[in-house]
Amino acid sequence: MTAVDDRPTTEVGRDRRRKEDQRLITGRTRWTDNIQLPGMLHLAMVRSPFAHAKILSIGTDEAKASTGVVAVYTGADLADSQGVNINAWPITPDQVTPTHLPVPADRVAHSGEIVAVVVARTAAQARDAAELVDVDYEELPAVLDMKEALKDEVLAHPDSGTNKSAFWKLDSKEQGSGGDVDEAIAKARQDGIVIEREYRQQRLVPAFMEPRSTVVDPTGEQISIWSATQVPHILRFAIAATMGIPESKVRVIAPDVGGGFGGKLQTTPEEFATIAVARKLGKPCKYTETRSETMVSAHHGRDQWQKLTLSAEKDGTVTGLKVELLADLGAYVAIVGGGVPVLGAWMFNSIYKFPAYQFNCQTILTNKTWVDAYRGAGRPEATYAIERIMDELAAEVGVDPIAIREKNWITHDEFPFTTVAGMTYDSGNYEAATEKALELFGYEELRAEQKQRRESGDPVQLGLGVSTFTEMCGLAPSRVLGSLSYGAGGWESASIRMLATGTVEVVSGATPHGQGHETAWSQIVADRLGIPFENIEVLHGDTQTAPKGLDTYGSRSLVVGGEAIVRAADKVIEKAKPIAAHLLEASVDDLEFSAGQFTVKGTDKGIGLTDIALATFAAHNLPDGVEPSIDADATYDPVNFSFPHGTHLCAMEVDTETGATSMRKYVCVDDIGTIINPLIVEGQVHGGLVQGIAQALWEGAEYDEQGTLVSGSFVDYTLPTAADTINFVSEHTVSPSTTNTLGTKGVGEAGTIASTPAVVNAIVDAVRHLGIDDIQMPCTPERVWKAIQSAGSHQAAAPVADAQPHFGDDAPNQDPAAGSTDGAAQ
Amino acid sequence: MIPASFDYLAPTSVEEALSVLAEAGDDAKVLAGGQSLLPILRMRLNAPEKVVDLGRIEALRGVRDGGDHLAIGAMTPYSDVVANDLVREHAGLLARAVETVADPQIRHRGTLGGALVHADPAGDVGAPVLALDATMVVVGPGGERTVPATEFFHDLFETAVGDGELLTEIRIPKHTGWGSAYEKFVRVSHQWSIVAVAATVRVEGGSIAEARVGLTNMGNTPLRATAVEQALVGSSASGLADACAAAAEGTNPPSDLNGDADYRRHLATVLTRRAVQKAMEG
Ligand SMILES: Cc1cc2nc3c(=O)[nH]c(=O)nc-3n(C[C@H](O)[C@H](O)[C@H](O)COP(=O)(O)OP(=O)(O)OC[C@H]3O[C@@H](n4cnc5c(N)ncnc54)[C@H](O)[C@@H]3O)c2cc1C
Repeated sequence: MTAVDDRPTTEVGRDRRRKEDQRLITGRTRWTDNIQLPGMLHLAMVRSPFAHAKILSIGTDEAKASTGVVAVYTGADLADSQGVNINAWPITPDQVTPTHLPVPADRVAHSGEIVAVVVARTAAQARDAAELVDVDYEELPAVLDMKEALKDEVLAHPDSGTNKSAFWKLDSKEQGSGGDVDEAIAKARQDGIVIEREYRQQRLVPAFMEPRSTVVDPTGEQISIWSATQVPHILRFAIAATMGIPESKVRVIAPDVGGGFGGKLQTTPEEFATIAVARKLGKPCKYTETRSETMVSAHHGRDQWQKLTLSAEKDGTVTGLKVELLADLGAYVAIVGGGVPVLGAWMFNSIYKFPAYQFNCQTILTNKTWVDAYRGAGRPEATYAIERIMDELAAEVGVDPIAIREKNWITHDEFPFTTVAGMTYDSGNYEAATEKALELFGYEELRAEQKQRRESGDPVQLGLGVSTFTEMCGLAPSRVLGSLSYGAGGWESASIRMLATGTVEVVSGATPHGQGHETAWSQIVADRLGIPFENIEVLHGDTQTAPKGLDTYGSRSLVVGGEAIVRAADKVIEKAKPIAAHLLEASVDDLEFSAGQFTVKGTDKGIGLTDIALATFAAHNLPDGVEPSIDADATYDPVNFSFPHGTHLCAMEVDTETGATSMRKYVCVDDIGTIINPLIVEGQVHGGLVQGIAQALWEGAEYDEQGTLVSGSFVDYTLPTAADTINFVSEHTVSPSTTNTLGTKGVGEAGTIASTPAVVNAIVDAVRHLGIDDIQMPCTPERVWKAIQSAGSHQAAAPVADAQPHFGDDAPNQDPAAGSTDGAAQ
Repeated sequence: MIPASFDYLAPTSVEEALSVLAEAGDDAKVLAGGQSLLPILRMRLNAPEKVVDLGRIEALRGVRDGGDHLAIGAMTPYSDVVANDLVREHAGLLARAVETVADPQIRHRGTLGGALVHADPAGDVGAPVLALDATMVVVGPGGERTVPATEFFHDLFETAVGDGELLTEIRIPKHTGWGSAYEKFVRVSHQWSIVAVAATVRVEGGSIAEARVGLTNMGNTPLRATAVEQALVGSSASGLADACAAAAEGTNPPSDLNGDADYRRHLATVLTRRAVQKAMEG
């Protein structure tokens, strides 16, 4: 453990405008699709309209004869040269992992899969010719519904023999981190409270702003690949591992990348296909997808059924939690697809001191678009379910949702705290964040208004939703990843180059796609080395300049990558010190470093770090045996995850006449430890909130019975805009992390993780008095209205005093009013 | 997304446009603001050989005072319709509806005529035009004819405007002094109407003397709720619910991700009441 650094700062904590914004916002920059190479060819993909079909034949003659067409390749043509999409995290040794070829030759397993690639002189010619490729399919039965898939009657991949990919379990008794959950539940059935619920995490589309694009230049010593990716380093590894190209012959560049939200942490069929084609033809090639293609072929997120059984004493003290997840992986096990739901294993217990806990996860293959990480990846799903069911417990006990949380949460004096799932939370203060949030929100006044609206029978009801979340991010200690059979480590690397003329290059292996790394890293290094903010250049995203790295996802860049930078900076100082001593004719032990200056203690003699950089460049007068460089590298492997937390409060108005909901107020108090740049944090929180709120209210990837994505464009996939949101109040409490030098915690996903249950809890709270205890997401006006209608109609049947719902054999034990209108294929 | 290639023609008069269309036959498509046509071309749902852009025909643009009616050129962009003082004064309902269409960018390009000929049942201009008893002016090889709004909308995406014909003008009888409201129900702000209700009323002495109600997305075409209009006569603000209860009668709304037909019928009654209520207030 590292003690938190309390040196004075001038840059850290300052709300610097982001350096990168001018070029990113104006678009006058190097987006992959802006790259033009001499003689470059353009690709268009022919995609399957069927969810599951045999490819009988592919007629390419007409397409080949079309104007400007250079080649048309089918899966058979690319067979041995196209590599394969990898799964980096087999969650069990016997996980069923169907081979995922970029361009399959004989069978497609989801609609949108590539069956042929057209190469032409212009993108328009390629698109025209793609229309002429004649594919003869034989449709196969498709399995689309997770619960249907479990029966193994229709198989997503007939050769696999089953749709069940893997089963993964964590049991607190077995691993020695807690008690026996079945015992706790059995006891509660006798003398306590048992709450059983099944929640639905709908499928979402990551909807990044920049569609994916890849440019490949196969000429030259190294093959150069530009791609709109979050993971250039992992892509390079995957290319080397699966395409038979030595890693040293591959250069991957992620130029400016327009968002990802996890959606670009994949190595994609489109990337592999473009590389394969460029190598075959020996010419630069570009492929840029359309938004319609993004919707069906870039991976989706979420998509789980979550069964929870919560046992408690009559006073609301939780005694156990059992979780049974069904997670749809779609047609293939994506790079970390199987692992995403498993990340929930350590999060369902959240901020609470549950004595017994069990997590079960069954991953399932279906004939839908593959599923992988989407902002929060496994933690929003877990947070949603636990925060929803804690509200149900509060309702059962008859206390305020805040009170039930207070009764069960870890108190600030109990940190570091090892949870029932086996994670050790380093720091936090749930009481402080909650107190501040309640005050900012005006909780009591809003409760009073709610009461008044209920009593007066106002057609517009008010509900208050609470979400006290924590999450684990900063992926990840390599040893932990190893113990989970993850195929890589979780370290991050950084280099600092002290240029002769006084400016500094900071090289980071964490590749941003909109996060503002260039600004934040500059602030950190400016303080650390006493170099002006403006004189620092941050380089990233090119395996030639930033050869080592594990990229950006899981709120890791600052807490892991930032720490690597801190360590590299400290090494620069250490390397400069003997040179400073030599030039000052002083002993190393007598030197002090502060604000960019080495000084000799007790004298006014000193020398600046940039002067040492110049002296080192000249190398005319260095101490004997000292190399002429003060540049330094560091690779940091985190000792623990990062555990930000916060209290989010949401007030929703529900128009009971139409089911329409509207947000009245949203307050969040997040504790993300030390804040490097409050403006960037605000941006992350706001964007995260909107994405989480969108899951609660608006977004959902819906398929029809044929396996066609119905919400396949932004007409039907209703993304919100600024016009749909309100002003959020976002504040902070600060419990510095004790596991990194700067005391920082991740913030990239916090808003998304926390907000979804706050919103749904508020909606349910608004109509609970009508007899409603769940509404399925997205809480469309239609679902809300139908819930109200059906609750009204069976309200006459008086509730039995202490009846507790139990799971039926197959039906989800939801309120019948929950509105299961997810289409035929959930 | 790249459309299939086509020839682009930009006539500068209606006559020229008609002759270009006559020559091209079935293979031509008229382009107005392009806000519906271009997505269709780019998604390759249609691939005409010729696209005839009406954008350079000045005569088709603008709002004229025609005495007892307003004459709005088919190529008048939404944004001009909303900003026009004559429209706001004499056909307030149209302005109220048009300001809910999509977003400012789309309202700067999309045209009133283009939207009417496109005739998407979820489009926001059909119902107000119908409710305001507008007349459409259509020209073709056989000359000019006028079509009452009640006969203009034939089916989903089908109107009285035939191949080789152009909609040139929309004539709206003045409804000076009428109150109006357009109640558009959507999940996100830039969405097409799930259901919307266009209502305009003339109030005399606190009760309704005349009412016009149009429904958006309650069937394959915009609809007039005539039974409601009649029932509303004589109603005061407190007695609207009964009169509006029949708003969805005889409608055949779609079922989709935003709601099934029953839900839409329910919405139509609630929104009709609200629209009329607001219209009474001004
Ligand atoms: C993102 C988005 C959101 C939208 N949201 C809404 C919404 O909320 N509400 C809404 O009502 N609409 C919405 N629209 C559609 C918009 O209103 C369109 O502008 C309108 O439907 C078409 O008008 P236009 O001038 O763009 O016509 P175009 O797209 O150019 O043409 C439409 C059709 O009409 C034909 N046509 C056009 N003008 C004439 C003419 N004078 N004579 C004969 N034929 C003609 C064309 O050949 C074509 O078939 C949206 C569009 C987009 C892209």
